[in-house]
Amino acid sequence: MTEPTDAARRRRSVLRVAPPARARKLAKVPFVELADGRLQGVVSSGSDVERVYVSSVAAGSHAVNCSTNNNRPCGGLRGSLLCKHLHALADEAVLQYGVEQVARYLRIDAGDGVDSGVALLARTDARHEPGPAAVVFSRFLRHLAYLEVAPSTAPVPELHWFPATAAVR
Amino acid sequence: MLATQLTQLDDDAPAGLAEALAVVDGVDDSLTRGLARPGEPDAAAWAALAAAVDGTPLAERTAEAVRAATTGALTEDHLAVLAGARAALLGAVHDALLDRLDTALHRSRAPWPAAPSAAPGATPALAGARAWLHELTLAGWRGADHELLSGAAGPVEATLAEPAQRRLAVLLDGLAAELRAGLPVTAATPVPTRRWADLWTRAVLLAAGAATEAAPAETVSGRLLPLGVDVHEHDTAFQAQLHALLEPAAGGPGRLVRVTVVAAKVATIVGPAGWRLLEAYPILLKALAERRAVTVTDLPAHGGDLHWVEERAVLGDPADPFATARVLLADATAPATPPLQRHPAALAEPVLVEGRVVRGDDGDPVVALDGRTIPLAVDRLPAAGPLTPALVNAATACLGLLRWDDDRWLLQPLAVRATVKRQTVEAHNGDWACGVTDPKVAKAEARAGDAVAVLRERAGRLLRR
Repeated sequence: MTEPTDAARRRRSVLRVAPPARARKLAKVPFVELADGRLQGVVSSGSDVERVYVSSVAAGSHAVNCSTNNNRPCGGLRGSLLCKHLHALADEAVLQYGVEQVARYLRIDAGDGVDSGVALLARTDARHEPGPAAVVFSRFLRHLAYLEVAPSTAPVPELHWFPATAAVR
Repeated sequence: MLATQLTQLDDDAPAGLAEALAVVDGVDDSLTRGLARPGEPDAAAWAALAAAVDGTPLAERTAEAVRAATTGALTEDHLAVLAGARAALLGAVHDALLDRLDTALHRSRAPWPAAPSAAPGATPALAGARAWLHELTLAGWRGADHELLSGAAGPVEATLAEPAQRRLAVLLDGLAAELRAGLPVTAATPVPTRRWADLWTRAVLLAAGAATEAAPAETVSGRLLPLGVDVHEHDTAFQAQLHALLEPAAGGPGRLVRVTVVAAKVATIVGPAGWRLLEAYPILLKALAERRAVTVTDLPAHGGDLHWVEERAVLGDPADPFATARVLLADATAPATPPLQRHPAALAEPVLVEGRVVRGDDGDPVVALDGRTIPLAVDRLPAAGPLTPALVNAATACLGLLRWDDDRWLLQPLAVRATVKRQTVEAHNGDWACGVTDPKVAKAEARAGDAVAVLRERAGRLLRR
């Protein structure tokens, strides 16, 4: 399938602007998003099923943060040493969005051969800066709340602008 | 569908089409720049819109809204009028195109019953959406930043909580996500101008209360014969729309109808997992997966849209959609589209095209019919179903929807009959509604793990604390 030209992009009502997320395993990192000027998400704790870590990387400044949802700082994040949660977050983001979109959003010069989130983070001068963990966690809860919205039999005609399309398979 | 019909459709472009779209393009460029500091090109573009609706009941209010927009005095009410004028223009384009289609296919269509719609109630959710859209209009697509786009979360949450505002919630969520994914928008970024202006227009109208518009309620009974399933999705919505033929129990001509079910989801639920979210409708899913007829009794309906109720449906025998289309489609009566929903992108007319798929001039697949061709919308093959580009390329018959976009008619396949390794095979969009039937895809699904189950577990543990 040929990519739409710029002219067709302007004229068409229906086209996929953002590629659909790619399927990935959610057990370790149930939530990843590029929003609010950050790559942010939630990483399940390896030891305690009730505990989750909230991790984020800011676009541009590349300031990182990792803490529990109760705002206790993550013990693994020390100075410029990144914790495993941030690594997991970045890797899963690359799986979900593709390396190009993550690099573009965070404004990281990815260069050739970078294909994982860990490698992407290695190309930044990441430094720790307290981040809005509570905001990210509440976005995760709102994200989960979508699953609690009951299905409906009333049509949403606006979805004709959003046809389901296959990712490459 | 025959070659002569295709010829008629292609060669007989409605008068004034190019002019109408040129006016729309001007307005859309202005929306891209934003209306915070309107300049000379903005004034010209909106004046052209006012001129286009001159002589209609919208004329006076549009002229006033355009004056406000171009002098920096734009209110939320003005916004609704501007969106209304743009929608009216594209609604006229829709009507002209549909008239050509009905003429070419000899399709009879029910008239729109001029029913007064209920007065929209003023809710805080709508007020929040209007305020956000006003801010977005001033910024334009080029001026939208993270902060502005994060501001959509409030109106989305509030409208999602009100079933009557579901359409607006789904639309705002989809638009905001696209704008976010496009950040940062630089001067060099190609912007989907028409698309975002379309979504903006509809959102402004829905925020002004357009969702109350509906054909009068009735109940229908009869046999429902499936034609095909159109699947829609964005990050937080999954919608399956069955196009079917209703044979009324009381007799009379068949009716083209749709049954639609929509679920909320998140971005990480992709592909066939979408069907899992519709488990509340087992009879419908079974009818889709097994291509079975369904007998419905007193099902609520608004025009062509039947509102599914499991308890009023009984599964019948298998009914071949290709046979239904071949035998019954020509004499069926199509429904009218509610006026505020009229837009070229809303055109979705079921047709059966029996011809081989070949490569068109630009290399993309087209269906060949006695020397005429119609391009295939191969970017509309859902991951939730078995249709693939390879299968479509081998098709000898295609049951699909006629669409219109990018100044041309397109055929969106909903089902194909194809020859693969000298065997005739069939694939329909709804085949996987009760589970993936292709072992290779099923295996890949199993490897990826059960996203729905993982997220439901997390929701159960974290949401109710």
